[in-house]
Amino acid sequence: MSEATINLKRLPGEILAIHLAGKWQLGKDVPSAGIVQAELTAHPSAKGIVFNTDGLSFWDSSILTFLVDVMKLSVTEGIKIERDGLPTGVRHLIDLATAVPKTEDAQKSVVHESVLSRVGSDAIQLVKSTGELVSFVGETSVALVRMIKGKARFLTSDLWLLIQEAGVQAVPIVSLISFLVGLILAFVGILQLELFGAQIYVADLVSIAMVREMGAIMTGIIMAGRTGAAYAAQLGTMQVNEEIDALETLAIPAMEFLVLPRMLALTLMMPPLVLYADLMGILGGSVVAGMYGIHLTVYLNRVITALNLYHLSIGLFMGFVFGVLVSLSGCLRGMQCGRSASEVGNAATSAVVTSIVAIIIATAVITVICNIFGI
Amino acid sequence: MNKTEAHITISDLTMAYGDFVVMRNLNFTINREDIFIIMGGSGCGKSTLMRHMIGLKTPAKGKVLYGDVSFWDADSEEKERLMRRFGILYQSGALWSSMTLAENVALPLRQYTNMNEQEIGAQVSLKLSLVGLSGFEGFYPSEISGGMQKRAGLARAMALDPEVLFFDEPSAGLDPVSAKRLDDLILQLRDSLGATVVVVTHELASIFAIGNNSVFLDPETRTMLAVGDPNLLLKENHDPKIQNFLRRGAAEKP
Repeated sequence: MSEATINLKRLPGEILAIHLAGKWQLGKDVPSAGIVQAELTAHPSAKGIVFNTDGLSFWDSSILTFLVDVMKLSVTEGIKIERDGLPTGVRHLIDLATAVPKTEDAQKSVVHESVLSRVGSDAIQLVKSTGELVSFVGETSVALVRMIKGKARFLTSDLWLLIQEAGVQAVPIVSLISFLVGLILAFVGILQLELFGAQIYVADLVSIAMVREMGAIMTGIIMAGRTGAAYAAQLGTMQVNEEIDALETLAIPAMEFLVLPRMLALTLMMPPLVLYADLMGILGGSVVAGMYGIHLTVYLNRVITALNLYHLSIGLFMGFVFGVLVSLSGCLRGMQCGRSASEVGNAATSAVVTSIVAIIIATAVITVICNIFGI
Repeated sequence: MNKTEAHITISDLTMAYGDFVVMRNLNFTINREDIFIIMGGSGCGKSTLMRHMIGLKTPAKGKVLYGDVSFWDADSEEKERLMRRFGILYQSGALWSSMTLAENVALPLRQYTNMNEQEIGAQVSLKLSLVGLSGFEGFYPSEISGGMQKRAGLARAMALDPEVLFFDEPSAGLDPVSAKRLDDLILQLRDSLGATVVVVTHELASIFAIGNNSVFLDPETRTMLAVGDPNLLLKENHDPKIQNFLRRGAAEKP
């Protein structure tokens, strides 16, 4: 017999005998204490409970939960339980489980805040994080000034490594994305321009859009996901690992040693990457133009007439700004990271979100300013 | 140890995270060449106390004095001068993961001395060989075991021949033999370098083997319960909490 069974018998003297037999195993179908409860409700005269486990072939925690339930039942009904019939191991485990009474106030209480107080605490949080941002920018500027004076403490080899990571190693992904963006722009544009027989103006469309805005924006977003997140994760892990403490106690400011080279590397590498992305985008456009019968020379001639130095410098300037924004959010979130593994993940996520929002806002602001000045 | 010159004095220190007071009214003195143990149950603020002593956390109230100089009232140059004399071994080793062991040990030397590359290289090899890691100069922290990371951390802590060595849970995560070897190393360093050693630990074997002075922190009353040689505390102090701690709970039963 392998199934868990329960048999209730009435003994003389208003005693309820519970016969437990078979194999009591977790995950298998085992009887619940409800059967005992039903029996007790049907015959409320019972004064005591005894157990008989002669037929029990195997037991684990499933029998314990059953017995604990029965015991709770006996307390509420005021019935005496005789545990002698249970296996020794079971008795010991039940002793252990009931030794320390349940700690009532250890339960996490869920506090329901009113909408008003939630709005309030969010507002306080917003003010606090703005303050943190401002002081972070301030500290970075101080570090930068110290670097210009030649007093900042960081390893030049670190800086070169970071430049390599933020520059050369980003080239493949920047190539792919900006080539495809140029391609898409050209496709969308040429379909409309064809209606007016003005296909050739696709060169203007692609080159101005890429050079002025899209090259910088796409590179910024790529770098936010690639390098900004990496900075946040690196600094966050160093925070968890006490590596930043180890620097601080050597009187090496983390702002100079870790943040400054990262910000420099990305900010310096963004303009060249943007320039490269512009070229790749224009190249992507030329492929589509070729498909619609515009010769490459004609296309490039059109591109050269369409572009001027304003377009280029605005694009490069935006790239520079995005470099500052992405590295700033990456480093800020990394330095703010708490001391657990999940905090590192949060820091990386929040770095990417902050960067992308900052990029879009900055684009809007720069575009509006350019519009006002008519550039 | 005939010298009993006070080296570090904690005076009326209150530690707090925001409004939450961790410990208050801490008063004790660490003498030169002491091996001073900060002990107490988990989460009672031992590491926090150490963070106050090494300049990572500002006290809510009170002073940390090195000799006659109050650390937290000193200007940044004075602080830097004091911190230069610290060697700190963090709980996890806290080696800089982007640098090799040699670069890790070399960074404090580059930071504070004018030694040339050759001298630095010689110092680095010496410090690594003191902790039994010679030959591992070119390894990155992730390439060696946890015990080795701790020893490398110790080599870095010793780089500048510090006056005060701080150890945060030195034997946590080490097997008994390695823990014993680390204890022996701490004793030898104290004897040969003449350094003052501050150890945060709850490892009883270490406490009795190396400590000659200690403070016991109690999280319930949020203050210290006793100061003194742990071996004497075991014999002479009758506070049930201390006895319970030092005897692994054996004093709990009446």
